[in-house]
Amino acid sequence: MRYNGFMIISVEDLTKTYPETKALDHLSFSLKRGEILGFLGSNGAGKTTAIHILLGLLTPTSGNVSVLGLSPLTQRHELSKRINFGSAYANLPSNLKVIENLNIFSGLYNVKNKIDKIASLLELFEIAHLKNRVTGALSSGEKTRLNLAKCLLNDPEVLLLDEPTASLDPEMADKVRSTLKNIQKQRNMSIIYTSHNMPEVEQICDRILFIHQGKKITEGTPDQVIKNFNSLNLEQVFIKIVRSGDIVCPSP
Amino acid sequence: MSESLTRIRAMLYRYLCLHKRSLPRTFEIVFWPVMELLVWGFVSVYIQSVSGNTLLTLAASLINAMIFWDLLYRSQQSVSISIIEDIWTQNIVNVLISPLKIWEWLLATFIYGMTKTLLITLILGSIAFGLYHFSLIDKLGFYLIPLMANLLIFGWALGVLTSSLVIRWGHAAEALIWGVPYLIQPVSAIFYPLSILPKWLKPIAMALPSTYVFEGMRAIIQENRMRYDYLWMALGLNLIYFIVAGFVFNFMYLSARNTGRLGRLGMD
Repeated sequence: MRYNGFMIISVEDLTKTYPETKALDHLSFSLKRGEILGFLGSNGAGKTTAIHILLGLLTPTSGNVSVLGLSPLTQRHELSKRINFGSAYANLPSNLKVIENLNIFSGLYNVKNKIDKIASLLELFEIAHLKNRVTGALSSGEKTRLNLAKCLLNDPEVLLLDEPTASLDPEMADKVRSTLKNIQKQRNMSIIYTSHNMPEVEQICDRILFIHQGKKITEGTPDQVIKNFNSLNLEQVFIKIVRSGDIVCPSP
Repeated sequence: MSESLTRIRAMLYRYLCLHKRSLPRTFEIVFWPVMELLVWGFVSVYIQSVSGNTLLTLAASLINAMIFWDLLYRSQQSVSISIIEDIWTQNIVNVLISPLKIWEWLLATFIYGMTKTLLITLILGSIAFGLYHFSLIDKLGFYLIPLMANLLIFGWALGVLTSSLVIRWGHAAEALIWGVPYLIQPVSAIFYPLSILPKWLKPIAMALPSTYVFEGMRAIIQENRMRYDYLWMALGLNLIYFIVAGFVFNFMYLSARNTGRLGRLGMD
């Protein structure tokens, strides 16, 4: 797989097998520069497994993976400087202050001008007034915005977000989505976005990839996928895929 | 190299912040060692009072052994607990996906552990001097440094070994962090000489660097001579343990990456 500066992530025939299950079954997909790819599927479909492989946290059984032309397994250190990851389930230390957490990760990512950088991110996510608050005392929405601020400390070229708006109320989720979309446009950043909130996916993602039981079921723009499944919206597509198991809809 | 230093400094700042934010955590550093010292110190005073000067060196050995044991225990704990702290707070994935290298991470825990351990030793030494008129420096002199260094290194190696079990098996292996030091305590000849142990236990004791440190310490206090052979044995064994611990950690890390445990640390 060659990195041409345009194809940011390239995954070919990716398989991950555990003794009793096949978490990923010959999955192939790609991500272009400046694109937001929605990674969809039911619980246990293989989304997190794929993301962990892209982050170098998991060794695949077979297949090829390239992120920014680098292997997450053998070039994890170089790659980690250029990507970042945020999840509703990966917290920053709750016993430290907001500013302390951001200072620590600025150090880990060797951020230049970290004071300015942190200040601008705190402003961007409207949490500057919370910088001296202990992280554990923040609301879910505030924690999510802090996690996103941490994700952007190193100006990543690729951002992997695992259900970033889970646990947020609709208003806050909308705010977070808008901010993310703006930043993504400004920086031409590539994002892989997993969510179970289908209207959110329709709103934010340029392209979606449905996986079920580790296999790719379909991919395309939200409109194309909805049309191909003769559905009214992505939620209907999601239910059809999960309930009918292995149906395969050819990608347009 | 400067990037490595920045990342190590960031981790040290992370450990420092823990203490700034938590008074009980800071208090806990000194609470248990001081309580142990008080008990062993008064036991030593009692032994001395009933035996007169005949058991003076035994009393001194007991106080010294207690301080040294604590140094070994805290050194191991500092490494393991620093790593497990990020699992408890579900921050481990954020650390693992950052550019922090494994050796930088471990080095930060060593530096943190060393600082904490030296601070505790200083406090214990001062209390022992104030309450029991026992001076670590008087008794051991310059040899205090190599003896302490050996225990510190063995504590690091044990810390890396126990941490690797947690990396591989998650919360299920946490109990071992507290248990492993006590597994080696009876066979390290800490409060009694190696000769007391039954024959079948001696080979195990002689395979531990800590045994040579404690035997060496007693030789200085009771016989007034430094056993360099013990010092070299401790150093050689420490080197072996340290290398083995590094390999085991790497193996467990790769194994956890293969089974998917690495990405799920802190989630179960």
